[in-house]
Formats: sequence, structure tokens, C-alpha cells
Amino acid sequence: MKVIEAHNLTKRFGNFTAVDAISFEVEKGEIFGFLGANGAGKTTAMRMLCGLSKPTSGMGKVAGYDIQKDPEKIKENIGYMSQKFALYEDLKVWENLRLFGGIYDVPAKEINPRIDALLHTLGFEAEKDTMVKALPLGWKQKLAFSTAIFHEPKIVFLDEPTGGVDPAARRQFWELIYDAADRGITVFVTTHYMDEAEYCDRVSIMVDGRIDALDSPTNLKEKYHVHSMDEVFFQLARGAKAKE
Amino acid sequence: MIILLVLPVLMILMFGFAISTEIKNARFAVYDPSHDLATQKITDKIRSSEYFTLETYISDPAEIETVFQKGEISLLVVYSDNFYKNIVQTGEAQMLLIADGTDPNTATTLVNYASRLVAAYQMEQMGAIGLPPYQIDVEVKLLYNPTLKGAYTTVPGVMGLILMLICAMMTSVSIAKEKELGTMEVILVSPMPPLLIILSKVIPYFTISIVNYLTILVLGVYVLGVPVVGSFMLLSMLSLLFIFVSLALGLLISSIVNSQIAALLGSVMGLMLPAVLLSGLMFPIENMPLLLQAFAQIVPAKWFIEAVKNVMIMGLGVESILPELAVLGAMAIVLITVSLKKFKTRLD
Repeated sequence: MKVIEAHNLTKRFGNFTAVDAISFEVEKGEIFGFLGANGAGKTTAMRMLCGLSKPTSGMGKVAGYDIQKDPEKIKENIGYMSQKFALYEDLKVWENLRLFGGIYDVPAKEINPRIDALLHTLGFEAEKDTMVKALPLGWKQKLAFSTAIFHEPKIVFLDEPTGGVDPAARRQFWELIYDAADRGITVFVTTHYMDEAEYCDRVSIMVDGRIDALDSPTNLKEKYHVHSMDEVFFQLARGAKAKE
Repeated sequence: MIILLVLPVLMILMFGFAISTEIKNARFAVYDPSHDLATQKITDKIRSSEYFTLETYISDPAEIETVFQKGEISLLVVYSDNFYKNIVQTGEAQMLLIADGTDPNTATTLVNYASRLVAAYQMEQMGAIGLPPYQIDVEVKLLYNPTLKGAYTTVPGVMGLILMLICAMMTSVSIAKEKELGTMEVILVSPMPPLLIILSKVIPYFTISIVNYLTILVLGVYVLGVPVVGSFMLLSMLSLLFIFVSLALGLLISSIVNSQIAALLGSVMGLMLPAVLLSGLMFPIENMPLLLQAFAQIVPAKWFIEAVKNVMIMGLGVESILPELAVLGAMAIVLITVSLKKFKTRLD
């Protein structure tokens, strides 16, 4: 079942084309990596899918709803983690979870049990009453992700979720993503760390607003005769043709 | 960039022209039961000075209060009966200068100017006509603020300033902060309706400003001794209206800026500065050049402070502040509509 569809999705700012007629599909339960260099258009594309930005042309569907016609319905069914790990720093850990639980209509009775269960899973119980601003970066990151999926959405959009965090913490973070995917949550993650591409089921690579590659990491490495996604990207960036 | 070049120009003009402690062309009225040579001459002397223009004559003592209430004049010159006869027969005559004490600085200045003009007339007469030395007793009466407490203008002024500060500045900074930190982005992606987002940012400062309003009043009455002569209900309705205007302004600024600093600067330069300089709080508007006077008309604080003075200090009713209510009401409607429309629910 397709949870995300994009057909020739385009976004132009004046003369500058940030997203150039991209088309792709994402299946339910997939971990889909949306890769590309900084400035390639990933965040812009993701914003269109979330209803945060109006496409200049093209069509998109998220959770079965049209991004132009029913952005409000889409918002109810997705989770979002911003690049800045946006959490309310003046609130405690559990207060952030409660806030977003309320915003996303998690039934009141379920909020507290869910908070407790989540904190237990993350090993955060001791930090329940800590102000978010006092948390180390890696913990904020995990909390932001947990807040994004607190309401068990169908799809969660992650915008550069591992920015500025050390590799060990990044790997731990991906454990969380795997857990979510196992529960049936589709994960749409943008990143410019090519090694993270290995963790995804399929990836697309954006270059200058276009999607220049779309396949599983294994297939892409085979196609370009290289050993890592880093090298795949390198090949694409240089405009090299695929060696069949 | 434009701000860096235009702002200094605006500031020098505002500070240069607004801060004038000299008063010119103050409107005055005359109550003259004698209508004789002396009173005519004194009146002429006053009206021909650059400090005063004659607005009207009143013929009925009952009008003495109302002519101030209508805000038409700043000074009333009252002559006693048989003014000239008294001078000739008894060597003495009485005059009364009545000024509006709600603005103590202006009142004292005007009274001083007028007294000096009367004294000058006396000197001239003694020299020219060769009359024996005589005395014109000039009595001074200050309406609404007999002890000339500065607090009478300060309390309405501070109220306007604080309400604008809390509602406009804090609201705009708070929303800008969410934009800066990225939490606004997350909220916008959520199913929360934009109107609810706006309300949730506005309500805390609305509540705080109500508390502030009451605090200022309590302190003003019990500590500074400034009475609330008029209706408390009317004063509160008026303040509520002004709060709405300020909140809308805060929202508007927040939709234009992207950082807390910009929100702060915008609020201070665009709202606070005009409110302090052009609202009539410190410097009378009537003495400013026409351009600044025109500009002062769009400063909401000006209308608010004027109306507060009328209700709180002069104890007037709703009829006296109809223009202020109308202007503030119109501002509220326009600003709320525009700011709601401009609240960007998309990140483009």
C-alpha cells in the first residue's frame, strides 16, 4: 500500500527551481531515505508533503490525502521532527510529550500511561521532570523523535534528525527508527549523511532539485560498482553514467 | 539597511520638533462681565501675543467647566464685574486665570505667560495714562489637579505605555521566538488550527496586561493619590479596547519579523518611541509641527491616553470620549483583520 506518492512535484521561488518535477512512491512500513547534498531541495520537498508549503505544480498524496486539497487531514496522520529538534525548552520532558499528545488528540486517559511506557523504553525515567534545555543533545534528539511518533502516526517525517550528533548516538537513534518501522510506522527521513543511507530500505538521491537515483542501497551500489553509498553519491554528483 | 539610514532621520525630526517646552498659540477663552476699556485692552494684549489665540468668549458662568471639558481651551481668563470702575475708584481689580491642571507643566507655563502679560499691561498703563498706582490681583485656579501633581499625567501615560509594552512587544517577541527556535514549524505541521495557535500566544499577555492594568490603578490611587473620578467600568472598557489594539499590533509585527531581536527593535522603534514622544504623554501635541501632529493621529496610545485623562481625571462620561472610542475601535478591527490574514501558516 502506497502511503506517499509524488508526481512531478515542483516548487519554484521566482526564477529558482528548488524542486524539479520529482516523482516517487513510498510503501507502508518502509524506511525511505531522502538523500541529497545541502541545498539540493530535500527540505523543500518534504515541506510540500507535510502541507507546510504549497507546490508550484505537480501532485502529491500522503496517507491517501491530496497535499493541495486536504493538507489538514494529512497533518492529523503524520508526525514531524524538525531539523532543530524543536522541543519546548522551558517545559519538562513529560510536559512536552503531554503537549503534543494533546495536540494530536491522543485520548486523555492514554497520555500518562504512554508517557511512562515511553520513558521506560528510552531509559529516561530519571529525567521525567528535567527541563528539556538541560538535556544533552543526543537525548533531545531521542525525545524529539519520540514526541513526533507519540500519537502513533501512519508516517513520520524526519528532517535531518541526526545533525550535529556523534556517530554512536546516531546509531542508537536509528535503533529507535527501526523500532518504529517494526510497529508499522513508515519513516521518511532526509539526511546528508550518506552512511545512514545504508540503514534505509530504499533511498532517493536529489541533485539540484531532481531525483537522480531511486532504489535500495544494495542495488545502487551494484549499479555504480562501488562499495558505499558515499561513493554512489560521489558518482552522481560528478554526473557519471551508470555502468550496467 | 533602510532602517539604518531612515531611522536617524526620523529620530532627529521627532526629538527635535516634539521636544519643545515652549508653548505657542495656546487657545484661551474669556469671561468678561465688564466689557470695558481695561478688560478689552488686557484681552487684546493676551491674544496678540504669540503664546495665545483667542478661541471664544463665554457669556455664562455655567460654561466655565464645560468649556474645559470639551477640550477647546487650555486657559480661561475671568474678569471681575466693573473691572475698570474698580481700578479707578478703589485702585484694585481682580482677575482669575483658570487652567487645565491635568497637564501641570503646560498649565503652569500658560498661567505664567498670562500673568506676565497682565503685569506688562499694568506697567504700560501707569506710564502712559498717568493713573495713580493700582493693583490687578491675579488669582490662579487649576482645574482637576489643584495641587499640580505630576502624577496626574503620569498615571494615564504609564498605563498606556505598559499595556502597549506587554501586549505588543511581548506578544511579538514570543511568537518570533517560536519561529527562531523552530517550534513554530512543528506546531504548524500539527493539526492545531491557526486561530488556536494565535489565541494561545496572545492569551498569556492579555491576562498579564489585565493584572498590570489593575495594579497600576491601585498604586495610582492609593500610593500616588491620583483619583479615579470617572466610571471604573468605562475606564476598563477603554483599556480593554486598547489592549486589543496592542495585541493586534504585536501579532502584526510578529508576522513581519523572523527573529526575537527584530521583534524587539520593531516594537521599540515602531511603537514605543512614537507612543512616548507623540502621544501627548510628555510633550503637548499642539506645539508640534503639523507633520508630526498628523503622524501623532495614527499613534493608538495618543487616543488612549487622551481618553483615560478624560475619564479618570476629569471624570467625564462616554460622550466625551466618543471620538477616541471610534478611532480605537476602528484601529482594533482593521489591525486584527490584517494581522490574522498575515499570520503565515505556511513556511514559504
